[in-house]
Amino acid sequence: MRRMISRFWRVMSKPATHLSLGFLTIGGFVMGVIFWGGFNTALELTNTEEFCVSCHEMRDNVFVELQTTVHYSNASGVRATCPDCHVPHAWSSKIARKMAASKEVYGKIFGTISTREKFEAKRLELASHEWARFEANDSLECRNCHSSESMDITLQSKRASEAHERFLLTGEKTCISCHKGIAHELPDMSEAAWHGKGDPKLVQSYLSSVAD
Amino acid sequence: MKKLLIPAIIALSVSAAFAENQVATLRGTAPLDENPDAPVIPKVVNSDIRQVRNYPEQPPVIPHKIDGYQIDIKYNQCLTCHARSAIEVSQAPMVSITHFMDRDGQFLASVSPRRFFCTQCHVPQSEARIELKNTFVDVDEVLDYIQSQGGGSE
Repeated sequence: MRRMISRFWRVMSKPATHLSLGFLTIGGFVMGVIFWGGFNTALELTNTEEFCVSCHEMRDNVFVELQTTVHYSNASGVRATCPDCHVPHAWSSKIARKMAASKEVYGKIFGTISTREKFEAKRLELASHEWARFEANDSLECRNCHSSESMDITLQSKRASEAHERFLLTGEKTCISCHKGIAHELPDMSEAAWHGKGDPKLVQSYLSSVAD
Repeated sequence: MKKLLIPAIIALSVSAAFAENQVATLRGTAPLDENPDAPVIPKVVNSDIRQVRNYPEQPPVIPHKIDGYQIDIKYNQCLTCHARSAIEVSQAPMVSITHFMDRDGQFLASVSPRRFFCTQCHVPQSEARIELKNTFVDVDEVLDYIQSQGGGSE
């Protein structure tokens, strides 16, 4: 092993004898552009609604539920697709999320949620992951479109403006604290009440695991 | 020509007679073989102002939009604000204690399953045109009427 490494080092540290410096620099640059472009193109391909709903797990469960909500069809015709909420926009966070998503590939291969029943059984756990992520990043994906600075609460209904004034503008809560279940159906919440003095077992445990 | 004219006149006069005796229906005056324009969907009242109940037992109407609220075996989104434990945060009226009663009159810890589906009794209101005039009078008006007729002394 040591010999192999030292041989590799000897070859790599020697100047090139047959290839010109121009070929190596320009060739390296061109190859870099091709590799980097290809990588990002492939990354963006996995960042589309089309890609997400190409699996029946997404198409038959969460995508169907999204279609009845205001994030899919609304008066102004602006639509939020899967990655708008579920993948961060900033590059480093996006790569981190994509690496975490390799777990989802594992789930796909082993059929973790391959039937409706399996999906329903795991719904609370999966939803809790997303709620914890939103709580931890202060609902960043919501705020990519809905910012509290550009929100005119006088145009909102009495109920909404009062709630936003008390909880959003003071920073006491973040979007997801109240707006759960707006794009997909809520899981069976009898095990994880998030309001009042109920025992928010799962949600709490995920939150504390994120905070640590 | 005459052969054609007579049935044509009959057809015209019959249709004219029908047009005069139009029965008012929800589909309007459009002929049966035509689809009338659909009326505009009325706006839902979203004022958050509590409305008067017409009689004490009336389930209060919902003074806000409830579009897309999930009320099923998994969750009841109304209770996010109206549950006993939620009203401090939401400042919404709590679900009445009568909703905690089972059919034997026993109070349960939370909303009884038979009272779980809010929209069976509580509904939002819309700014719809009233198709038929309502002649309902509430009990105060009935009492006023009885008194004005010199009755109701006992």
